[in-house]
Amino acid sequence: MQCDNIINIKNIDTTAPAVPDRAEIAALVQHDRVHTSLYNSDELFQLELDRIFSKTWVWVAHASEIPETGSFKTTEIGTQPVIVVRDRKGTVHTLLNRCRHRAATVCEHRSGKTNSFVCPYHGWGYALDGSLRGVPHPESYADQLEKGELGLVSLRTEQYAGMIFATFNNQVEPLEDFLGPAKKWMDLFMKQGAGFPIKTGPAHRFRFPGNWKIQLENTTDGYHFPVVHRSFLSSVDKQTEEMLNFVDGSGYVEDLGNGHSVMVMIPELVDLDANLDAPIPERFTDLADALRQDHDEQQVRRIVRAVGGSGFNLNIFPNIACSMAFFRVLQPISVNETEIHHAVIMMDGGPEIANQARLRLHEHFQGPMGFGTPDDSEAWERVQRGATSGNDLWIMLNRGLAGEYRTDDGLRSDVSAETGMRAAYQMWKKLMTEAE
Amino acid sequence: MTTPDSVLIAAMSLINLEGDLLDQGEFNAWLALWQRDGLYVVPIDPQETDFKNTLNYACDDHEMRERRVKRLYSGESISTTPRARTLRTLSRFRLLESNDSVIVVRGAQSLWEHRKGHSRHYAADITWHLKPQGNTLLIQQKVIRLINSDDVLHSIGYIL
Repeated sequence: MQCDNIINIKNIDTTAPAVPDRAEIAALVQHDRVHTSLYNSDELFQLELDRIFSKTWVWVAHASEIPETGSFKTTEIGTQPVIVVRDRKGTVHTLLNRCRHRAATVCEHRSGKTNSFVCPYHGWGYALDGSLRGVPHPESYADQLEKGELGLVSLRTEQYAGMIFATFNNQVEPLEDFLGPAKKWMDLFMKQGAGFPIKTGPAHRFRFPGNWKIQLENTTDGYHFPVVHRSFLSSVDKQTEEMLNFVDGSGYVEDLGNGHSVMVMIPELVDLDANLDAPIPERFTDLADALRQDHDEQQVRRIVRAVGGSGFNLNIFPNIACSMAFFRVLQPISVNETEIHHAVIMMDGGPEIANQARLRLHEHFQGPMGFGTPDDSEAWERVQRGATSGNDLWIMLNRGLAGEYRTDDGLRSDVSAETGMRAAYQMWKKLMTEAE
Repeated sequence: MTTPDSVLIAAMSLINLEGDLLDQGEFNAWLALWQRDGLYVVPIDPQETDFKNTLNYACDDHEMRERRVKRLYSGESISTTPRARTLRTLSRFRLLESNDSVIVVRGAQSLWEHRKGHSRHYAADITWHLKPQGNTLLIQQKVIRLINSDDVLHSIGYIL
């Protein structure tokens, strides 16, 4: 009987003959461009699942999604199904969603609350920490069932600022070291609770026919906003439109290391607890008036600032972004298909009218019927389609290179620079080419 | 004389007109079918009834409906230019409630969209709240419950 710690838990076959070697892969990422094959090579995609999604920290949940004992959600790391669950001691576990008997998934609910996970195939039952509690009719095994060795495979799981990450790689650095300077931006992002705890609500979930890295790039791409989102900008008031026309503004993009980056679009909205004396935007004056019934002026201003969201996008490699007022989760499906979740963020226990305003703002831009997401999706789809033309061409990522300068945290350039994309691709290159 | 059948036939007449206007792209005429404070809702959770306090795909008041129509006509949106062609079949109507102030009808919608070489099907259960206004009816609320609403969707660049 094998033990967990010596079972090879990778289920991706990387031995196919067409796999490029590490030097060939390294040549595909230059300092100012990446090769088109990063979007459309199935061999590279299979390697990414193994060398990126199975090797580094991958975001799996926000703590508010599993608030109580037995609360769980199911998700994927790369393409591998997992369960994220809180046990009786409050500890969060990330468990492979695979019965240790004959591999059936033990849970197909997206989220919920349970006392245990019971495989529907032969009835093996697992506790919330993944340990095997019992099997039906054990007598046939006599003394050959080593229950202690046959729990659901549990992945290393750590969290920061309510953000829960898991990894297949027991040798990887601690989560906080991996996040590095991204941590302070996570702390800033959580201020949009306006003093209330952050709670993630439902998500808009959609797929587009394109590679996952096209979406990864987009969260740190300020350049596209006034072009792709023209119709959205036409649908908001003049003041909001001017605020969102930030490409010529004083914002910036900063490489934060390990593939992470921040794009500050609206510098005045970096710290939502600051500048409370600033004028309340016209679009929120009715909300502010309503809030004044039950809140003092400082609270009103804090809540109103929080409703609009943060003035930055934090892109955390490889799959999560804290994006203005929502969490963007990306999920690779295949080399040319990607699933995106845009999870709404609420103030847990906050004023109902403020949360309603957040919901309506989210619906306005996000989701398959939003005024923003479908246009993004169309652009990404066109990238994937265009990338089938001209196999030896490159994806250019040199915008903002000229003005880039070093900071304490990394490299910084203007708000529409491709600095964040360069950061992500250098991390991609590191993970895809480093020796085992 | 008003009978349950005549009420249902009047409601079906409006619902068929609405469907045709949407498929033909006559969105401004569609706006005129609405009571001003009416609500157009596409929920994520098909069981949801508290639309204002939860996340939907769309939860449009009059201003948002107008913006949605303007966007479809504007030519500014790459996902709706060219606009998807749609063809919806409406059937299985059932009168759920009828009194002087509201008529509630539930029906089935089978909608095909076609855009850029791809056809896609969306099936939905729709509930209309219709308000009698003189000799006509106005839409007070329309809730479109897609049968796959809590699953993964693709862009919907038109009005369901």
